Amino acid sequence: MNWDTLYILRQEILLTVLILIQLIGDLSEDEKRKSIIHVTLFSFLLFTLLGFLPGEPASLFGGMYVSDDLRTLLKNILSISTLIILLQSSSWLQKPDNQTKIGAFYLSLFSTLMGMYFMIAAGNFLMLYLGLELATLPLTLLAAFDKQLRRSAEAGVKLLMSSAVSSAVLLFGLSMIYGVYGTFYFTELSVLSDSSYLSVLALIFFIAGLAFKLSLVPFHLWTADVYEGAPLSVTSYFSVVSKGAALFTLMLVLYRVFATQNATWSLALNILAITTMVVGNLFALRQKNMKRFLAFSSITQAGFMMLGFMNGGSLGMTTLVYFMLIYAVSNLAIFGVLAIVSNTTSKENMDDFNGFYKTNPGLSLIMLVSLFSLAGIPPVAGFFGKFFLFTAAASSGLYILVFIAVLNATLSLYYYLLVVKAMFINTNDTPIPTLHTTLYEKAAFALCLMGVAVIGFMSSLYNYIQSLM
Amino acid sequence: MNPLLLLLFIPILTMAGIVIVTDLKWVRVISAIGMSAQLLFSFVLLYWFYQQRGAGNTDPMLFVSSTMWYESFNIQWKFGIDGISMAMILLTSIVTFAGIFVSWQVENLQKEFFISLILLATGVYGFFISIDLFTMFLFYEVAVIPMYLLIGIWGTGPKEYSAMKLTLMLMGGSALLLVGMLGIYFNSAPEGGQLTFDLLEIKRVGIPLSAQLFFFPFTFIGFGVLGALFPFHTWSPDGHASAPTAVSMLHAGVLMKLGGYGAFRVAMYLMPEAAHELAWIFIILTSISVVYGAFGAIWQKDLKYINAYSSVSHCGLVLFALLMMNETATTGAILQMISHGLMTALFFALIGMIYGRTHTRMIHEMGGLMKVIPFLSVLYVIAGLASLGLPGLSGFVAEMTIFVGAFQHSDTFHRIATIVAISSIVITAVYILRVVGTLLLGPLKNDHYLHLQDATWFEKVGGVTLVIAIAAIGMAPLWLSNLIREPLTAILQTLTN
Repeated sequence: MNWDTLYILRQEILLTVLILIQLIGDLSEDEKRKSIIHVTLFSFLLFTLLGFLPGEPASLFGGMYVSDDLRTLLKNILSISTLIILLQSSSWLQKPDNQTKIGAFYLSLFSTLMGMYFMIAAGNFLMLYLGLELATLPLTLLAAFDKQLRRSAEAGVKLLMSSAVSSAVLLFGLSMIYGVYGTFYFTELSVLSDSSYLSVLALIFFIAGLAFKLSLVPFHLWTADVYEGAPLSVTSYFSVVSKGAALFTLMLVLYRVFATQNATWSLALNILAITTMVVGNLFALRQKNMKRFLAFSSITQAGFMMLGFMNGGSLGMTTLVYFMLIYAVSNLAIFGVLAIVSNTTSKENMDDFNGFYKTNPGLSLIMLVSLFSLAGIPPVAGFFGKFFLFTAAASSGLYILVFIAVLNATLSLYYYLLVVKAMFINTNDTPIPTLHTTLYEKAAFALCLMGVAVIGFMSSLYNYIQSLM
Repeated sequence: MNPLLLLLFIPILTMAGIVIVTDLKWVRVISAIGMSAQLLFSFVLLYWFYQQRGAGNTDPMLFVSSTMWYESFNIQWKFGIDGISMAMILLTSIVTFAGIFVSWQVENLQKEFFISLILLATGVYGFFISIDLFTMFLFYEVAVIPMYLLIGIWGTGPKEYSAMKLTLMLMGGSALLLVGMLGIYFNSAPEGGQLTFDLLEIKRVGIPLSAQLFFFPFTFIGFGVLGALFPFHTWSPDGHASAPTAVSMLHAGVLMKLGGYGAFRVAMYLMPEAAHELAWIFIILTSISVVYGAFGAIWQKDLKYINAYSSVSHCGLVLFALLMMNETATTGAILQMISHGLMTALFFALIGMIYGRTHTRMIHEMGGLMKVIPFLSVLYVIAGLASLGLPGLSGFVAEMTIFVGAFQHSDTFHRIATIVAISSIVITAVYILRVVGTLLLGPLKNDHYLHLQDATWFEKVGGVTLVIAIAAIGMAPLWLSNLIREPLTAILQTLTN
């Protein structure tokens, strides 16, 4: 252990410090608890900024832990998203019910984030699995955070069960990998891997395990219930950070370790993409609860993401990262609006948003822009992300898949427009009153909107990501 | 800086101005100033265009500029215009200008209305000046999506249903288009080298025939949906009928022309061999469009539906003429786009004004309006006569050119298709004259109508602008057809070989 090692591990170490602060903060008196929120926010902001320090590629602990510019960028995307979620959750945490649990919330959140960092930084499947478990178990705590509510507790248990199954599936795949090649190290596997039957089977199990996390159909059954039951801030964490970490892990493993088996996994993901897009869309059409609605919308979006995997080169990888970033900011903006509404009025249904524009024009416009971004309408960022995903799939000549995907994008526009219709066109006798947004929430919206408006036009960002591949 | 970018900056500045001001009066004034500036600038651009051509510049596109955008995909901000796009830009600025004045008294959320309307126009301008397929597609969608809000919020009748139907069908069209576009992109360098979205570059290299045959239908139908190609036209009647006046004007007048323009500039221009091979299918479909639209119009009782079906018929004629692929017919097609754009805008504007006074659009509930609102009625008659192709007005020039061009094909198939299409002229006369007879002439059916006011000053500005343009094309068509013919000659050489 020397200074260099500490520097390479800076994000993980700082996150541990943040966790320790929570433990100390929990000792303070109840009235002072609220100040913990401010302290945590500012220290997390500092932490996020420190993540952008330049670093050299390195590998620690005998190759268990790998660090390079790409992985740092992926971690930074996760920490920015988490920062936005923390900003959005501040007023929810200040509610009297939650005051005693502030420490627990941050503690579990940071622990899962730490797990995700290790998933991304893993250079060995054991490390990846450890990270995955660390990321999953505290998530079940978070899902059951409103423990007095039956559906929240149910969400926690459901998540726990399905995570256990997915871990088992993943581990089964890993054991086969070890059985075939006799190693868990990525560097060695990338040379050894071939397409023997057993290794194809192993790969399928591995993909299935992560597909639970990504909620790809048919591994999505837990998603809607957990999203609905969990508190809003946790739901947004599920749909953005947790999904992002799973996507990044899948990407790193497939492109870096199993690059030679490109044909196998692109076929598997091709099928998953079609089922996910179609089923996600069909279920999203009739949802009335906004959280369930966004759950199915995020399933559909995960289906679109799979299109990026159809290109085995740097185009596919770059587009995946780029799209995830855009998806994160768009989705978080929507969740931000929902959180504000839900905190003050506890309304979460689509009908409640009727006439929303009359009373809250600013928030409605934020929703409008972000929904358009999710639907892939120019000139906002989502259009560019989707377009490049389609390009990635078309680059392998999969025009039928592209056609199915674009039709699904059109179908998804229908239900995104339903929300727009509720806000702008429908009228309501008892609309949601004009809501107050705190400074933190404004900052979160500013970050999201900047992303939604600007990312598409910033080709330099795309080039930068591509330069890291 | 490329002067074409002003076509985008002026509307964007106007929108910014509308956002800043709070007073309704200023919202109107800024919109009017912005769109007048745009109209003025379009004519300045036309002047510069002639000047450059006069100086012997024979490049296919003028005012070309390109900036690299996404390097990894070779996507560029590449702009430039030829005679066809110049004509379309003129059409857009005239219709938008008239549209602003017609919407002077729009009710509730005026600010949002004008912003959405101008955003739509911005998309259209961007589409017409793009040479890069990617930016073209981007602007196409920017032009389509504000329609949802415009119809949904400010529309009448079953507005939510119509808005959703229109948006989804057009977006479904752009789904086809997107596949076609990606197909073109990945076949743009068959012998290796840099893939590109640049129209001129793709044309220079040429797309392999097998790819053309696969992607031509995607692209053509994709644009055809917007151009009301049978059987993908069903969004049009509902959408137009529910939309507020200015939106119907812009949509039927300008946005539907994106379909014809795109079908020509992208599908047929880039994939000429496939266009030849597959033209027969689309000639059949467009002939049906032409006649079906006209017959549809006869049966309608609602003024807007009549005009919407008439638009299907006229826009079908545009695609029909393009598919004839000879110089006379395609010149006629472009002329028809301009002519139909102007007269349908005038129609919708007048229908909006009449509806604003009588609060009904059913022709049987009205009658004798000529006596009480003579100004509007005379404009309506002019629009009607232009629509049925009276010499001296723009419709005659366009339709005459189209049918002369279509008759140059001497084989039986083309002859029959042409004859079928020509029959629409007669049907058009039936529904136009019937409306004029019931609506404007005869006894006054409702005493309340005695107190109707004739056109206000802003309505006159909007209406007269359009009438002047219609008459200008009808009386002196040569300046316009020369402007169009010059790029067409070069393009058609590649199409016929």
